[in-house]
Amino acid sequence: MTTEHSHAVSTKDAPVRFQISHLNFFYGAKQAVFDVNLSIPAKKVTALIGPSGCGKSTFLRTLNRMNETIRHSRVVGDIQLDGQDILSMDVVALRRRVGMVFQRPNPFPKSIYDNVAYGLRINGYKGRLDDLVEHSLRRAALWEEVKDYLHKSAFALSGGQQQRLCIARALAVDPEVLLLDEPCSALDPVTTAKIEELMFQLKDSCTMAIVTHNMQQAARASDFTAFMLDGRLIEHSETSKLFTTPHDPRTEAYITGRFG
Amino acid sequence: MNRIRTIWRKSLNVVMLTLTGVAAFAVVGVLFFILGYLVYYGGKSLNWNFFTKLPVPVGETGGGMANAIVGSLKLLLLAALMGLPVGLIAGIYLAEFGGKTFSFVIRYTTDLLNGVPSIVMGIFAYSIVVEPVKHFSTLAGGFALGVMTIPITVRATEEFLRAIPGSLREGAMALGASKWRTIASVVLPAASGGIITGMLLALARVAGETAPLLFTAFSNQFWSPGWSQPIASLPVMIYTYAIAPYDDWHRQAWAAGLVLLGLVLLANLGCRLVMNRRGVRGV
Repeated sequence: MTTEHSHAVSTKDAPVRFQISHLNFFYGAKQAVFDVNLSIPAKKVTALIGPSGCGKSTFLRTLNRMNETIRHSRVVGDIQLDGQDILSMDVVALRRRVGMVFQRPNPFPKSIYDNVAYGLRINGYKGRLDDLVEHSLRRAALWEEVKDYLHKSAFALSGGQQQRLCIARALAVDPEVLLLDEPCSALDPVTTAKIEELMFQLKDSCTMAIVTHNMQQAARASDFTAFMLDGRLIEHSETSKLFTTPHDPRTEAYITGRFG
Repeated sequence: MNRIRTIWRKSLNVVMLTLTGVAAFAVVGVLFFILGYLVYYGGKSLNWNFFTKLPVPVGETGGGMANAIVGSLKLLLLAALMGLPVGLIAGIYLAEFGGKTFSFVIRYTTDLLNGVPSIVMGIFAYSIVVEPVKHFSTLAGGFALGVMTIPITVRATEEFLRAIPGSLREGAMALGASKWRTIASVVLPAASGGIITGMLLALARVAGETAPLLFTAFSNQFWSPGWSQPIASLPVMIYTYAIAPYDDWHRQAWAAGLVLLGLVLLANLGCRLVMNRRGVRGV
């Protein structure tokens, strides 16, 4: 049995947002993630790739403890956000710092304004909502398209616009990290390109971790890539290196399309 | 051989079409028949007096059912205050929190409660609210009707909450909302169209219940101030007037029936309006 090792990413110069050590995750009796050790560098985009069912989404969701909503789920291991153990942190405080965008756009049945303001309102923000809503919509590259229709229902927007609205909503509480779970899988190529460009612009202010089925997207949009297979982390390095000179034969098999 | 098959197939089609058409027609026909009777006989007796005057002794003319109309409204208000919140919260529990066995038990008993004959409800309310104080009251009537609205409200709330997709809840929780916050600020508003409809229908149903009121609110020839006196209501007045031997009272009973029907139609209209405006969003 070969030992899986994540090739140490040189993060000596870059600070690390998330430090994950020996992470194991169980759905009841079934183990879905096996002993994952990974660091997510700050202000960079880390992509998680791998075939369906390899555990990348499950892994991502442990980072903001969304898996806790599933009954009989169990996390074993150590996850540190800026040196703090997230498992003993207040989950609400955690989710303010670590936001999430889901696979299918899930705007609330409220107006565009209320969608973006939701996170602010529930966290007791008392300042000028208007300015923050505008700022978030600008960061999500949606402001120009919706500035005159802020009180329209979110469902009046197209799929791509709804997803950008969800990004704006997540950005409104100014998270340090944004987790994206296959955010473009339900969108067309043009919208996908817009969102990838958006991610490039957001990098400086927000660390990102993106799960993607689309290898080309990972190659285009990320700085670091982690390849997972059957719940294990096989390889983790700078994107350019992983896609051109992968260390592990399984990584090479996956990225050349021999399976997946 | 083929010709016979074809003829058989074609005649079977015609027969089935005719049967289903006749059945549909019968259903609609019965409804229109009832409506027709009510509108004809009731319409003749509807006048300003009906809505504004109190009942008068037999033989005198110009009486009305103003107290019964107000009475029914008061009873419905009490029923709404007592039954709807309970139904709503129980429905929320079933949809969002319930463990498997406990939920099953609650759902089953709710369905049983729905099936309890309304007269039994009346006896139940009688023994709880009327007996201890030894007199009929509006509160007792409201209580009986309120309990009857619970099963319908629970089921409607649960159904419409379940129809809201989990992705909406996830979106709220990922922003740091607790479970209750998520329910109150995202899920309930999204399901509000269907839930309000369920509540309106529950009220429309109990508006016409007579049996429970016979033992609880009883009746009243006059106005009923406050909440602890017996009170007149439309269904009970219909009952009293229809079986009496006076023509004038019969006409008034028809009119009351028409007004009750109008109430039900209004509730249904309200439901449609609410559904159109709020719909079942997020689905």
